[in-house]
Amino acid sequence: MSTEPSTEPSAESRSLHQPSHEGESLTRLALQALLRHRSGMIGLIVTLALLLLAILAPAIAPYDPLEMHAPDRFQPPSRTYLMGTDEFGRDIFSRILIGSRISFSVGLVSIAIATILGVLVGLAAGYFGGWFDTVTMRFFDALLAFPAILLAIVILAILGPGSFTVILAVAIVNVPAFARLTRANVLAEKEREYIEATRAVGASASRIIFRHILPNVSSTLLVQITVSVASAVLLEAALSFLGLGTPPPAPSWGSMLSVGRGYLPLAPWYGIYPGLAITLLVMGLYLLGDGLRDALDPRRQKLV
Amino acid sequence: MGKYALRRLAQMAPALFLVSVAVFMIIHLIPGDPAKIIAGPNATDEQLAALTRQFGLDRPLWEQYVTWLGNALTGNLGHSFINNYPVNQMIALRVPATLELALAATFIAVIIAFPLGILAALRPGSLVDLLSTLFAALSFAVPGFWLAILLILFFSLRLQWLPPSGRPDFADQPVEHVKALIMPALTLGIALAAKLARYLRSAMLDVLDRDYVRTARAKGLQERAVIVRHVLRNALIPVITVLGLQTGDLLSGAIIVESVFAWPGVGRLTVQAIGWRDYALLQADVLYIVLAFMVINLLTDLTYGFFDPRIRYQ
Repeated sequence: MSTEPSTEPSAESRSLHQPSHEGESLTRLALQALLRHRSGMIGLIVTLALLLLAILAPAIAPYDPLEMHAPDRFQPPSRTYLMGTDEFGRDIFSRILIGSRISFSVGLVSIAIATILGVLVGLAAGYFGGWFDTVTMRFFDALLAFPAILLAIVILAILGPGSFTVILAVAIVNVPAFARLTRANVLAEKEREYIEATRAVGASASRIIFRHILPNVSSTLLVQITVSVASAVLLEAALSFLGLGTPPPAPSWGSMLSVGRGYLPLAPWYGIYPGLAITLLVMGLYLLGDGLRDALDPRRQKLV
Repeated sequence: MGKYALRRLAQMAPALFLVSVAVFMIIHLIPGDPAKIIAGPNATDEQLAALTRQFGLDRPLWEQYVTWLGNALTGNLGHSFINNYPVNQMIALRVPATLELALAATFIAVIIAFPLGILAALRPGSLVDLLSTLFAALSFAVPGFWLAILLILFFSLRLQWLPPSGRPDFADQPVEHVKALIMPALTLGIALAAKLARYLRSAMLDVLDRDYVRTARAKGLQERAVIVRHVLRNALIPVITVLGLQTGDLLSGAIIVESVFAWPGVGRLTVQAIGWRDYALLQADVLYIVLAFMVINLLTDLTYGFFDPRIRYQ
């Protein structure tokens, strides 16, 4: 990524804590920066478009994703079946549309849980320190000792597969990253003068944490959230591929690929379209995260 | 250096302890009676009672943990629930396959990443640079199991060059063995190559800016010598670190890739163990994979500390 020389610290902190234009908030500036970022905008458009498709899926899917058309098994893509049919004669395009709801719901809900838990723990650990900090960080070190997919596999081996347990597993895998990120940010912000000033006027700890520190941590959090949703979608797909995710006949993209793998000579499209869908969504989120990271980087902001 | 190593080991200790507890708890966290889980659904009450006594399941949990830990430290991780083989043996049989896959993937990654990363650094903003960025983005977004499927579609079904699965014995069919290795290694290697190329590129860009490079050029040293003798050598340090860290990722990628290609390695064994509900096997498997992961991270840290003394004194 870019290695630009840093601007003067005073200008930098000014941009973080005060608007640098008359009446223009930091959010406004960040949004404008994002709109100018080419790949970030592509990511945003792709993600929003797919989200819209996911929301409208039941209305726009040409067929019921569970409906079997026995005589039309393994049909190649055509005008009738846009992406062909599967081993039960079900329309793959409809299944992919409905399957996007699984990817989005697992991705968004699991990361929402991970964010809330991780940020709360990170805020407390960073601000109060002490034994709580040590204990929680050692615990997260142990979690991070597991490769993500292995940790998720172990959790699912214990809890059994299913849509809710997948969400839980993906959430648990992501909590340490959010906790660590928040904690690091809190440690950095804690020493700033404005915090010292707030403490001097007698603000309570929770007020300091939630009204002052958290907003300044939120930009890195937002980038992390976007990237984490991308990897959550990938993890869910991988777990479904291994048969540990949402059980059939739910049209999870990963499990579709897993089944399609067995029918490649008969139906190559079965192995192509679900994977394309995963790649598109993850790419969109990844580019969006990239764009957000650049847009929210204070060093890139045009300062007065 | 020794002190640094000891310090890192000491830092690892709590995590190691927690990991051992977590692995031990796997079988106890599953809803239901562990004896039933071991014996299977058709066990009689007498069998269950005998098993409970045999495995010490009526003892307090902490006592069971200590027993288990003691056994684990002497290398005895129990027997498979399914076929009663020592679990260590089952895993040991699969290790060479995974090791072979990891090495082949690393080799492929290096031969792709080095030219790509170096060229991208030397010509920033060029087509090569753009390609390396695109490559990195794609490698993040394309799931490994999908890339595997695409490779199978192309090389096995379309061209009929390579087998879609399996691992023939090298002694019997060396050529077939190597052919079977190519696609799994490519799948893992391509993803690794993209990351490696990016790191090499940014490491080189960082070094190219340094004063000693300017000095070398000012001395009249040929560009080629500047690159090889000064830039590359210093850029390699963070890259070796990344390689070490990514080897851990290779292990987890192997879980999926081995499953797609029916490559009989440790990763595939993990997935099979879950399907068989063979929790003894799963526990041992997970323990070994996590241990390997931790050891690799430790070794990488130590290597980095060896090359960059500043790290040791933090």
